[in-house]
Amino acid sequence: MTQTKTTQPGSEQELKHPQDHLLRSDRLPHIWCATCGIGTVLKCFIEAIDRSKIPYDDIAIVSGIGCTGRVAGYVKLDSYHTTHGRAIPFATGLKLANRRLKVVVFSGDGDLSAIGGNHLIHAARRNMDITVVCVNNFIYGMTGGQAAPTTPGTAVTSTTPWGAFEPAFNLPQLLEACGASYVARWTSLHVRRLTKSFTEALLKKGFSFVEAIAPCSTLYARRNRLGSGYDLMKFYHDHSEIRHGADVNEVDIGFQDKITVGKFIDRDRPTWLELNDQQHEATLGEKYYRHAETIAAAAEADAAAPPTGTAEKTQDGGKDSGKDGGKNGGKDDSKEGSHA
Amino acid sequence: MRYWRVPLDADQIKIPQGEIHLLVDRCKGCEFCVEFCPRGVLVMSSEYNPKGYHYPEVAHPELCVDCDLCEVICPDFAIFCLPKTEEVNDGAS
Repeated sequence: MTQTKTTQPGSEQELKHPQDHLLRSDRLPHIWCATCGIGTVLKCFIEAIDRSKIPYDDIAIVSGIGCTGRVAGYVKLDSYHTTHGRAIPFATGLKLANRRLKVVVFSGDGDLSAIGGNHLIHAARRNMDITVVCVNNFIYGMTGGQAAPTTPGTAVTSTTPWGAFEPAFNLPQLLEACGASYVARWTSLHVRRLTKSFTEALLKKGFSFVEAIAPCSTLYARRNRLGSGYDLMKFYHDHSEIRHGADVNEVDIGFQDKITVGKFIDRDRPTWLELNDQQHEATLGEKYYRHAETIAAAAEADAAAPPTGTAEKTQDGGKDSGKDGGKNGGKDDSKEGSHA
Repeated sequence: MRYWRVPLDADQIKIPQGEIHLLVDRCKGCEFCVEFCPRGVLVMSSEYNPKGYHYPEVAHPELCVDCDLCEVICPDFAIFCLPKTEEVNDGAS
């Protein structure tokens, strides 16, 4: 009864998990607690990357601090682990420097909505072309279970030992009001729908936001006497209600109350990059060119062909690459159509 | 399985067979795969892995239909399901 079993050498060890090609498997098992939901959300996300058929070189993952922030260290993609709350500004910078990239911010509720709250609001307002995945476990997990802006009323945390009383953020409502293009919410139990939502969000032009509700067994469930993440998963099973296109004003979450999930917002707005180009092409005309793309195009030309270009040609290359960028956008749209 | 009407192509449909593989070292014993398997293929083992967690084991391999739900819901990347090919061929021949 007490003997331990390891993976048999020669039999199972040679088998690799189907998602090990996108995981730094030497870092596994990961640090997340038993019955934590972040691993499931990450798995759905990796599946969505494969389904969206975006080349791996064109994806960058940016994480903030926190349990969910560790995601950047576990994916075998270009990733960056930023300071607390600053994942979205870093992702915005990446997107501006290289428009070809699909930049994904993968972070927790405290990191995105409290410390990085203003960044979230303004990235949504600008409709910056990034995807934000917010794993919401209603609490600050890594720092010891303090109350977060998403902690629902009467929940016990280490900073609210007699129960929280502040009204909580309703993230879909916040993002809808700020102007996000795509807003969805699922729990870590809805694995298939969450994967589909991630795929749609990755292929969506503009600011796409997916909130994934995940159990925190060690702090949220234990302090509130809710059992473990296993019991919370069963709670999600019994108490979540799928309502696509629901009124976002009515989807706030109470303590151990009904959870409304679904795709709430899917709309098209001009992105920041489009508006930027449009405004400056209108006012500056021929003088306007994209500096970062000019450099990238010159580097690509240097790598592909023997260097023959002059300064003038380089500038032309920059404009061409701009057109290519537009074409790529078109390709993305067609991809989206085919996936739908 | 009982049908309210036998499908017209019932003789052509093969129920897929899956084979479950476990990476025992990664398991943290959350029991999600045991709880959410729609066919009741898995049970928790009474043994421990090197980290001291009970891990699942396959109790009814013949019931697995390769739905991959255990693979998708596992937070620890510790279980996966591959379609079983040999058995299907044996059945057809």
